[in-house]
Amino acid sequence: MTRAGAAAFGQSLALIALAPLLAGLIKRLKATLQNRRGPDLIQPYRDLWKAMRKETVVSETASWVTLAVPYVVFGGTAAAAFLVPAALADTPLGPAGDAIALVYLLAVPRFFLALGGLDAGSAFGGMGSSREMMISSSAEPALMLALFAAALEAGTTNLGAMARRMAELGWAGFNPGLALAAAALFLVALAECGRLPVDNPATHLELTMVHEAMILEQSGRGLGLIEWAGMLKLAIFLTLLADLFLPWGAALGADWTQLGLGAALCVLKLCALAVAVALVETATAKLRLFRVPDFLGTAFVLALLALLSQGVVRIGL
Amino acid sequence: MEPILGAMAALALGALASLLLRGSPRLARLYSCGLAGAGCALLAAACAAALGGAQAAGLTWSGWFPFAALELRLTPLGALFSALVGACGLAASVHGLSYAEEYDHRAGWLGFCYCCFLPAMALVPLAANAFTFLFFWEAMTLASFFIVVLEHENPRNRQAGWLYLVMSQGATVLILLLFLRLHGACGSWSFADFRAAGPGLPSRTRDLIFLLALVGFGTKAGLAPLHLWLPQAHPAAPGHVSACMSGVMVKTGLYGFLLVVFGFLGPGPWWWGALVLAVGAASALLGVLYAVLEPDIKRLLAYSTVENVGIIFMAAAMGLIFSSFGREAAAAAALGAALYHAVNHAAFKSLLFLAAGSVAKSSGTRDLERLGGLIKAMPRTALFFLAGCLALSALPPFNGFVSEWLTFQSLLSGFGLPGTPPRILCLLAAGALALTGGVAAATAVKAFGTGFLALPRSSGAAAAREAGRPELLALAVLAAACLALGLVPGKVLGVLSGPVAGLVGFGGVPAGAASVATSGLGGCSPAILLAAAAAAAAAAWALGRRLGGPGSARRAPTWACGMPGLTPRMEYSAAAFSKPFRRVFGFLYQPRREIRPSAPAGEYFPASIAYSAGIRQLILETLYHPPARVLMRFSHAARRLQAGSINLYLGYLLVALGVLLALFLSGRLG
Repeated sequence: MTRAGAAAFGQSLALIALAPLLAGLIKRLKATLQNRRGPDLIQPYRDLWKAMRKETVVSETASWVTLAVPYVVFGGTAAAAFLVPAALADTPLGPAGDAIALVYLLAVPRFFLALGGLDAGSAFGGMGSSREMMISSSAEPALMLALFAAALEAGTTNLGAMARRMAELGWAGFNPGLALAAAALFLVALAECGRLPVDNPATHLELTMVHEAMILEQSGRGLGLIEWAGMLKLAIFLTLLADLFLPWGAALGADWTQLGLGAALCVLKLCALAVAVALVETATAKLRLFRVPDFLGTAFVLALLALLSQGVVRIGL
Repeated sequence: MEPILGAMAALALGALASLLLRGSPRLARLYSCGLAGAGCALLAAACAAALGGAQAAGLTWSGWFPFAALELRLTPLGALFSALVGACGLAASVHGLSYAEEYDHRAGWLGFCYCCFLPAMALVPLAANAFTFLFFWEAMTLASFFIVVLEHENPRNRQAGWLYLVMSQGATVLILLLFLRLHGACGSWSFADFRAAGPGLPSRTRDLIFLLALVGFGTKAGLAPLHLWLPQAHPAAPGHVSACMSGVMVKTGLYGFLLVVFGFLGPGPWWWGALVLAVGAASALLGVLYAVLEPDIKRLLAYSTVENVGIIFMAAAMGLIFSSFGREAAAAAALGAALYHAVNHAAFKSLLFLAAGSVAKSSGTRDLERLGGLIKAMPRTALFFLAGCLALSALPPFNGFVSEWLTFQSLLSGFGLPGTPPRILCLLAAGALALTGGVAAATAVKAFGTGFLALPRSSGAAAAREAGRPELLALAVLAAACLALGLVPGKVLGVLSGPVAGLVGFGGVPAGAASVATSGLGGCSPAILLAAAAAAAAAAWALGRRLGGPGSARRAPTWACGMPGLTPRMEYSAAAFSKPFRRVFGFLYQPRREIRPSAPAGEYFPASIAYSAGIRQLILETLYHPPARVLMRFSHAARRLQAGSINLYLGYLLVALGVLLALFLSGRLG
């Protein structure tokens, strides 16, 4: 394996391994912003460790679907992590999946989570599944168009090449089209990863939960894997924002200085995005469920404007 | 051509056998389904062989009808659609061996119609002149009409059949007009002459022919707003026939459209493509939005057919737009996506309809609100249905994913077109397609989640038993096909390049490795994604074992909010599942609901509560009812002429005679 290949592979593994740290960072930042002390940065690792070692209890009414869900969810999300460029503007599975494939690949875990919610027969799970599917289908157009805006900038849907283009652009990367698309993707990321103001990751209040309702009947190892996959999904979305929409960063070559610089910049951008998520989560209240489509409609319009502006700026009227 | 004739002979034998054996239903069923299966296998093999070969075999019978010859020709495009009929018909016939038991009280008639329906449908794409095309087109419509009204005791089926017949015949009139117009231009009925004459016609005639093709063939394909018959008629037929109707019959409409617009007319103005793109996007959205609300599992699948036909036409529309701008490579890629999705839809929709038929037979209901828990009683059927649902939701690594991916790629390539209007159109279409994909996944979750998971909601569902062996065999093969078509996109695109070349004169579907789909902008390989996900899942499993030991899962009751036990009434129902969609898209559904507690006012606990809910059929009420009302008023007025008195009729005769005589004497006649 060449050094570039090894670096690309390593960055995906690092993304999977460090995703809980990012979640811990956001939690800690939120606590600081709210004048609380908050848990350690590595608290998510302790939670995962605990869940992995606990006994698994499965509903009597459930079928093999409930048992398969954690593995499909983790497998699908982890495979998505191998499509995302982070420190290096390249991906280990380069031609195997582009931006559109990434969106569909991330739909697989969601599909199975929703099935798992219905499997145990409790009304909570069904409620979570139904709401999750509504939210995700409203989010999908905005997500797709936001990625299209970046793809048009690069002239390809290959994620590695898109990151490369962004890294090369430098100052020219600050254009209105990309900024609008980044805003749209940020809103979608909040919705897709179950963050405020769409879903509250910290609540178990019956009538407001979405993601937590779907996994209510999961326990032990399965719950741990699902939680990990959830953190990984957030990390994937933030990395996409960092690499496809913020200029500079991803290393173009695989020599040590470039890689080190790329990794440092990527971490810096991710920290900045974590601050943004923490600020949003502190400053906003949860939306009523039926206001969520309006929220995502805003994201869709932003993405639409982004594409229109891309069309005008790049190709002319 | 000989194998195809052999296939037709087997099917004819099946038709004959089921009529002769109608006294013993079991034999009639076995012979009709068995012979139909054999015929379809032969047909599929012959057509698949012709897909690769360049030589166009043909056949002509001129003695049968005084005014025209029956003429068949095996073109690559026709062979593709015929092969689809064969493959789908084979699966449906094997399934029918045990499934059609349910209809044994009419086995002879069902077998006869079924064995007429399949060959008619298979020969439509092979027709080489207008007469042959219309002959088999009508035979296909009539045979399927008789199957739709098979259970004519049920007034809903009669109504569905009536609507189907009226709309199909209306569409056939338009197709006939289209062929007459082309005949007027070239003086022949042969498709080869149409092909030569089409591009040279004046542009207004070409526009007219294009519109006739869109409306005429669009009705058969089920494009909105001409789709009304489809969700009524497809579910009324027995499961294995619904599978053929939804899986392949709607594709004959697609075939006709591609033949006329690409084959006869050639590149046109770009508004053709824009119109088709808008119609396709509207069909996709309307179809899926009605599907997500539907509680009847077969009708849900039928609405999803409207959605998928919309997606196919969106891809075909991109082909039209690209070819009108002279971008043949992009047009070929878009048409490749359209044909790919047509093949995929045939595979997963027939799988789902067949499985739904088995479920309905086994549990005695098609209502999702009365199903549930079938994953325990029918584990294999459930697994295959799940595979179909994954393909329907376009999730990798199943086949639906690849064709939707290719369609997105085509829409994205549309941004390279000159001028802002086509680009904005592609933009909106991409948004519509993304929304369609999201809602389609919700539909699939609802169908599988409420139909197969958790507890059974009725005694019928609780008493369900696993489907018979032939049924499971057919389902297994189709599920494997859904997976295989997704894993080797490069190979499938290579096979499709022949038919595509027949349409745009350029087969340049980009060739790559067998497991990779590529377009001008990127690539994807579901096989590698599957391998990566499987490796990650295995690593997670190993990690779990290492950290927590092999510990097996303990079983415990589902938490039922402190109530003593979980009952099916606590489960989330299908209506509840789709409730968020009903609210978010309320402008389309205009839902109404009524709650009547049956207790005197003032009491806190009513004895019972009656709840009813429904949605307005907006398209029916705004587009169909006003013209229907005008028609009814007109026919009421015309009824005065038919007063029923014989004297009046004699008077009409006298008047008519007088007018004719007057015309004759004044020299205007003769």
